[in-house]
Amino acid sequence: MKLFEYTRAGSAADAVRSFGPGTMYLGGGTNLVDLMRLGVAEPDRLVDVGKLPLDAIEEAGGRLRVGAAVRNSDLAAHPLVRSRYPMLARAVLSGASGQVRNMATTAGNLLQRTRCPYFQDVTRPCNKRQPGSGCPAIEGDHTNLAILGTSHACVATHPSDLAVALAALEAEVHVTGPGGDKIVPMPGLHRLPGDAPERDTVLEEGDLITAVELPAPPPGASLYRKVRERASFAFALVSIAAVLDVRDGTVAGCRIALGGVAHAPWRAEHAEQVLVGGPATGEAFRTAAEAELERARPLPRNDFKVPLARNLIVRTLEELAP
Amino acid sequence: MDITLKVNGSSHSVPVDPRMSLLDLLRERLGLIGAKKGCDHGQCGACTVLIDGRRANSCLALAVATDGSEIVTVEGLMDGDELHPLQAAFIEHDAFQCGYCTPGQLCSAMGMLGEPGPSAITGDLREDPGLTPEEIRERMSGNLCRCGAYVNIVSAIAEVAP
Repeated sequence: MKLFEYTRAGSAADAVRSFGPGTMYLGGGTNLVDLMRLGVAEPDRLVDVGKLPLDAIEEAGGRLRVGAAVRNSDLAAHPLVRSRYPMLARAVLSGASGQVRNMATTAGNLLQRTRCPYFQDVTRPCNKRQPGSGCPAIEGDHTNLAILGTSHACVATHPSDLAVALAALEAEVHVTGPGGDKIVPMPGLHRLPGDAPERDTVLEEGDLITAVELPAPPPGASLYRKVRERASFAFALVSIAAVLDVRDGTVAGCRIALGGVAHAPWRAEHAEQVLVGGPATGEAFRTAAEAELERARPLPRNDFKVPLARNLIVRTLEELAP
Repeated sequence: MDITLKVNGSSHSVPVDPRMSLLDLLRERLGLIGAKKGCDHGQCGACTVLIDGRRANSCLALAVATDGSEIVTVEGLMDGDELHPLQAAFIEHDAFQCGYCTPGQLCSAMGMLGEPGPSAITGDLREDPGLTPEEIRERMSGNLCRCGAYVNIVSAIAEVAP
């Protein structure tokens, strides 16, 4: 691991002020320390923001504000999250292990980097790690990689479960940085690879997430479900966060976000459009899922994700329908 | 940089390189070799210790970032010469892996017993589920190994679980 300087920030403003070239913020460290050990991340300086007093979960005006430094385990165990946003609790609990969830923070979870094996292997080229060096994943082992929104430059997925739930809940990400304060709506924090896969999010250098704010839960029933290669402690092949509001047999509202399929949590807007105003039947769910997955551009060894995602959407909506 | 830690009840002030993990600090500087370096990437759980009462992968924690924390390692589970009931239950149920994983399994189980709330397999999220064998399995899934004693680990923990 390359030598670096370490400082602990006393406040969010202090952290932003001390940010300079080669600096990275350290949250719980569960991803960054690992990437530093692998040689993927080589900061000159770490500003530790993991112990900032941003660790409260507070309710105000029907909204829930989750501090950036709230640990994943505390987020999932919070009574208001469990009762009002069960989809969010399920998403967080489906990720990593008890040990990792005790360390990992809310903001760090959103900003974790892809687990694409080529990104993590510094002996191989990777456009995300070293722009312009190439993407051997496209011709290589892309089994677990993206099928939607990919580019010629990158087929990596975003590994977060939390981000998928937040995309369906239309959370707001509160950010402070050198350019002042801003609010980034979810989905929208994470970007598709295009020609710049090295950029995971729309955040600028030195931007620090301070909180995630959840609007009142949308009407309807919700579910987070994750399909993976083993029953626990594995990343998603495909995951879904879905909300379905059915009134008199008609879909009044629907939100579907998919994980494990794209560079960002994938909001299935085409499927949603097909569904809203129509009947809540298995046939309609299948038509909607297919409308979304028409856009999929799988590679030869991850084409199984297309029927997997389709079946997951249909099955989940069937369970949510009254 | 100098950091101060309370480890198994004793205070230590030690100079550390910022790159040093908590695991390396415990093993190399303090001679506490109970926590094991398995994968060194947070994937196997062999390095699990309690940081401020919560189980965590000590390989993923930079030692400098734990300045001021209270750490409990497997060496700190005993009360004097008396085994912790969890340790006694591991012996009783023949719950040992090869020895590389067992310290992490014990510390992980200690942390798990104190963790409220649901898990990924809990049916009703509003209830705190009892520690059924299925709940114990899910909650212990951050400790991986290829030995064969898993079933006995579950029964050992179940004996101590409230």
